[in-house]
Amino acid sequence: MQPIRIEEVQKALNRFANQDVYLHLETTNGAYASHHNEGFFAAGAYIRNGRIRFSRAKIAGNGPYRVGLKLDLGWVYAEGLTDWEVTDKGQLLLAGHDYEGKLAVALQLSDEPF
Amino acid sequence: MERHILVVFPHPDDESFGVSGTLALYAEQGVPITYACLTLGEMGRNMGIPPFANRETLPSIRKKELEDACRVIGIGDLRLLGFRDKTVEFEDEELLADRIHAIIAETNPSLIITFYPGYSVHPDHDACGAAVIRAVERIPSEKRPVVHCVAFAKNCEKEIGKPDIVRNVSAVIDKKIAAIKAHRSQTEGLMKAAAKYGGDAIARFKTERFWIYTW
Repeated sequence: MQPIRIEEVQKALNRFANQDVYLHLETTNGAYASHHNEGFFAAGAYIRNGRIRFSRAKIAGNGPYRVGLKLDLGWVYAEGLTDWEVTDKGQLLLAGHDYEGKLAVALQLSDEPF
Repeated sequence: MERHILVVFPHPDDESFGVSGTLALYAEQGVPITYACLTLGEMGRNMGIPPFANRETLPSIRKKELEDACRVIGIGDLRLLGFRDKTVEFEDEELLADRIHAIIAETNPSLIITFYPGYSVHPDHDACGAAVIRAVERIPSEKRPVVHCVAFAKNCEKEIGKPDIVRNVSAVIDKKIAAIKAHRSQTEGLMKAAAKYGGDAIARFKTERFWIYTW
């Protein structure tokens, strides 16, 4: 993956608008966060291959970045995004890596199921 | 001498951190080892700086690392069960037990190694251990293989007592370190830190602790 370039990511997001696409969205502190630090409140969520359709997509911020996707009846949102990649299959991968290189958030779009 | 050892853990690298010294010692005696690994650790978080992996490439990287680690340890039979990281606890318990029971029936192990359900921190670890116990419970008690469990929750000694087996694996520590290093995507940063701080981190690897599961 490469550090996010906002104009290029915006173009890549636009390509998925107004059609059924598959979403991978995750956020996590890691399964050991509360084991290593008992005062830490671990939380996370993920959805894999959620089928969505959005009419509008925008990347915002000065890095780390935020992305919002406007659905017919709601929103998809992620913050803390740092890196991006378009795979050979044309999938858009966005991820946020912390200061140790650990994935903290991911937002990915694909024409086909992941 | 064990007849056959079956190891059941959910993630590539669980075997290397917890029990690779024990397994290497058995392998050197010629005991055949089957390792059923439930997932490919697809949800691992270490991606590197700069990132060398992403969410979609990580499974194939970790699969290769696992195969390398198995070679180092002397595990001749690796089974990848195809479940997904962080979802094991949500699977149908009977289905999990079916899959594990089928491997027990096929390999006829005298010893099974897994996580102690309820005392192994990661939900996948606890679910894995529980599935193994469920599978073994289907076998009449007089025919059951022995089950050795790994536990490392902070409260484990308080609740289940001291480990029944404390094994010094210094004789094969080089193999154990090599196995851990084989899981490079997960352990490179950790091993660099261990080398830097020395002492305790490596010393800890020289002992492996097991609780014998009793019904």
